[in-house]
Amino acid sequence: MRDVAVIGVGETEFGELWDRSFRDLGIEAGLKAIQDAKLRSEDIDAVYIGNMSAGKFIDQEHVSALVADYAGLADMHLPTVRVEGGGACGAIALLQARLAIASGMHDIVVVGGAEKMTDVGEVQAAEILSSTADQEWETVFGATFAGLYAMMARRHMYEYGTTREQMAAVAVKNHKNGALNPEAQFQKEITIETVLQAPWVAEPLGLFDCAPLSDGAAAVVLCEMQKARKFTDTPIRIAGSGQASDFLALHDRRDLTMMDATVVAGKRAFAEARLNPKDVQVAEVHDNFTISEILAIEDLRFVEKGKGGPATADGLTALNGKISVNTSGGLKARGQPVGATGVAQAVEIVRQLRGQGGKRQVVGARRGLTHTLGGTGATAVVHIFERGD
Amino acid sequence: MAIPRFWREIQSRYNLIGTKCGSCGKVDFPPRAVCPTCGRRSVGKMQRIQLAGKGAVVTYTVIHDAPAQFEMQKPYVMAIVQMEEGVRLTSQLIDVKPEHVKIGMKVQATFRKLGQEGEAGVIHYGYKFRPMA
Repeated sequence: MRDVAVIGVGETEFGELWDRSFRDLGIEAGLKAIQDAKLRSEDIDAVYIGNMSAGKFIDQEHVSALVADYAGLADMHLPTVRVEGGGACGAIALLQARLAIASGMHDIVVVGGAEKMTDVGEVQAAEILSSTADQEWETVFGATFAGLYAMMARRHMYEYGTTREQMAAVAVKNHKNGALNPEAQFQKEITIETVLQAPWVAEPLGLFDCAPLSDGAAAVVLCEMQKARKFTDTPIRIAGSGQASDFLALHDRRDLTMMDATVVAGKRAFAEARLNPKDVQVAEVHDNFTISEILAIEDLRFVEKGKGGPATADGLTALNGKISVNTSGGLKARGQPVGATGVAQAVEIVRQLRGQGGKRQVVGARRGLTHTLGGTGATAVVHIFERGD
Repeated sequence: MAIPRFWREIQSRYNLIGTKCGSCGKVDFPPRAVCPTCGRRSVGKMQRIQLAGKGAVVTYTVIHDAPAQFEMQKPYVMAIVQMEEGVRLTSQLIDVKPEHVKIGMKVQATFRKLGQEGEAGVIHYGYKFRPMA
């Protein structure tokens, strides 16, 4: 396999962007990434797009050709690929693009992730998110996406003594980081009380335990390593990638307090990179709910199993803590345009490793990790990045 | 949910029909064509089995933000139930106040209306669970 590096990144602001369409967002992110990489259009070999459900959110399929078209690439007749995999689609698109370059088939690929979620109402959007769970055997009975994560939270509280305050600490930390990110949907700090006093969504999860619905897009340019050095002095190498799946329905999983898909994807990525969790200084993990970040830092072995809650409350995962987690604000504060998630996480890690983190820069960051979930954990993807200079 | 899509699963939703692996004896619900433990060895050996309908709550939640279909029922309790046969499933818990639900609580299946296709549409029936008498 050939080495692959990120040579350009771009993203839109995230939020309720009423005046921006799906294609506006996809193109803005893509063009920013291409500009950042100092590419010419002729240099691009293929376009990969992560998108969860444009068919349901905006009644438009075939969005890979659409985005390439409106990015001015139609005349080049590039191969374009749209990847679906629930919330993990952007991270899978990144992995597939990496493979296309590693194999020698392509040299330069633009990977985008985009979702336009606010053209439908909140109830409908929540139902669309739920469709990544098992529609026949979970949601038909009244389970919701938040409800399924709430049941993981309840069991984690039962087995490990995790508290609502500890879960709230995830939201407080990520809002604090989001306040330092000018692209974030929520740039305002909150308190533990704000989280605890918010209305219930699905007990024990309240409104502030949940990531928002968002519009937004992100993009990265991937390039074969030798060639990458012609474009930049700080190529960010993809050192390892792992993807794993599991039972679609939560009730069929081996253990409701951990995600085996995350464990396996993490092990695969670390094995390929020949690294350990302690070698990573910064991580973007899938905090679609506060409990999800606690599960992720445990399952990726940043902390001991069952200790994710106390570790967060004690500040181990705060900016410049033992490991800085979700410096962008995470899905919770930066926002959650689902298809953009995996790519936006990569954008943040690349910025951190380049030293472009601004007010939220992690001191001495040389290696970073992204962790992205599909559904309630039936898919997990982990990428490990390192400075290539 | 389209009528044929619901109709296809009526056997399991009405009568708790699952499968038992002829190779390892593990019970699955809903029916599977391939046992997740035995893989190819189980093909053609999956036997239909009716669950007894008794189990215990493994975890639960109280839903406050509900899908349109369940708007009138909120707040309502959803649980993952471990059946006596070992398999787990997701269901509503009824005839119990949310504050009285506990992990480990014994429950039994009961036949109820699940939902309806619009105001005058086809009614969907299936299982819900209630505390064991």
